[in-house]
Amino acid sequence: MKHSWSTWLLLTPFALWFAVLLLVPLCVILVSSFAGTATGGGALPAFTLAQYASLPVRLIVFRTTITLAVLATALSLIIAYPLAYFIAMQARTRWRAPLLTLLVLPFGTSILIRTYAWTYLFGNHGIPALLNGPGWGIVRLINTPFAVLVGMLCGYLPLMVLPICLCLRRVDKQVLEAAADLGAPAWRRFQQVTLPLSFPGIATGCMLIFVRLLGEYLIPAMLGGDKVASIGNVLVATILQSGNRALGAAVFAALALILLTTGALYLWLMRRRFAASDDAVPP
Amino acid sequence: MRIYATLIYLFLYCPIAVIAVFSFNAGNDVTRITGFSWRWYGKTLSDPAVLAALHLSFTVAITVALIATFAGTMAALGLQGMNGRLRSAVETLVKSAVILPGVVIGITSLTALSTLFGWINPALSHLFRPGQAPELALGTLSLIAAHALFCMALVTLIVRASLASLGPSLTEASFDLNAAPFATFRQITLPLIFPATIAGFLLSFTFSFDDFAIANFVTGKQTTLPIYLYAAIRSGLTPEVNAIATMVLLTTFVLVATALILMQRSLKRLGR
Repeated sequence: MKHSWSTWLLLTPFALWFAVLLLVPLCVILVSSFAGTATGGGALPAFTLAQYASLPVRLIVFRTTITLAVLATALSLIIAYPLAYFIAMQARTRWRAPLLTLLVLPFGTSILIRTYAWTYLFGNHGIPALLNGPGWGIVRLINTPFAVLVGMLCGYLPLMVLPICLCLRRVDKQVLEAAADLGAPAWRRFQQVTLPLSFPGIATGCMLIFVRLLGEYLIPAMLGGDKVASIGNVLVATILQSGNRALGAAVFAALALILLTTGALYLWLMRRRFAASDDAVPP
Repeated sequence: MRIYATLIYLFLYCPIAVIAVFSFNAGNDVTRITGFSWRWYGKTLSDPAVLAALHLSFTVAITVALIATFAGTMAALGLQGMNGRLRSAVETLVKSAVILPGVVIGITSLTALSTLFGWINPALSHLFRPGQAPELALGTLSLIAAHALFCMALVTLIVRASLASLGPSLTEASFDLNAAPFATFRQITLPLIFPATIAGFLLSFTFSFDDFAIANFVTGKQTTLPIYLYAAIRSGLTPEVNAIATMVLLTTFVLVATALILMQRSLKRLGR
């Protein structure tokens, strides 16, 4: 029974939803990003690159967003790896599940509320006031790129820890023992066995966080104010507030392009990785 | 190492703790703790605007969770029947719907729905007498539709993982014993994937209840609880916001924890 009608029937609702709300409009937006802007703010049926020509003015927005996303991804990798290593390799077996649950729990709660809490901590009565107490001067934290970075780390760290942790769990302990028997010191065992084996987890974590952060607009809006620009907030402003659909479409198309490239790069990396390991291990 | 892990957990939980502590603050001043009181909870729960937003969010979240659980479980079962390259292609699409940032689903849904309404509304106005035609607009239904897309994909992934760890041997045995496909599903597959399905339901509810990123685009003139909270935060810090936030956090904690425990149980039981 190869792909019977029931298989297709079962997939119909999801396929329909996916096509109508995501796939088709994505294509429509890509096409309409070439349209002209009508005087009322609507789209004119035309083919122009006018919207794209205005993108370089917004280059700074793209640059800020991408820089922050890259920085936050790199930092979360550095912070998350030791934690993932601890949970997967060092923590007692009966502690592992509770530790993972505790890790995912805050991630499952509202990002709006968690970000709001940071406006409290970074606000002028929060950490700056504490620092000012012993007379260290007034530090500005809210509405800075630093505040946005901390908000991003706190918001999305579990997305990095989880895949690395799952990947490390699958590392064969016997391979590590073999390396130890062959006289490899702890650091070399990590560098030459554990780290390369955890590469798929690292790639997954980086991809997950990077993609999410590129489209994030709540954290920059709340913790960066109008000081830290983001693609997401430009989209909110152009599409929801000024109603300039054509310009919004061009910005959105550019974002979609970056997201698709990231996704394709990730898939290519993973496929190459699996192809390589298939060659190495005879069936 | 243990200290390092503790520090990170503290970092992840400190925002939540701060909100909870300040929600019990007695004074009007949101920056200084002056005493313990429940008064902001009482004040919040008697505010009709909050109650209306809560009611809308709850209605949307329950509907979304129901739709997503059914459609997602169906899709996971459908994937089971596929093989090879086609299956991995469909799985990639499902994953992409979960991974994409909210702004993407928000904007594509907004575009799709406003285009659809642009087609349907003139047609409706021809069918009814002038002035009596119902007009479709962004609101409850568009919120449900957009949230359901993400949640369906989420449920599909969760149930799919449970099905994958189940393996084909049990259903094959059932077929060998001449059980009809539906009987096999009802008596073998469904009981085994049921915890995962419930976990998917709970997580869908939580997602929809908490979501701001997608809702902001498709909500139209309606105010869900996160949108109410965002507006309240924007117009200045108030003690009521802390009380609402703490109640929302507590509810989602219970729901998410239940879902996670169910997922771990189901994978552990099946994954021997």
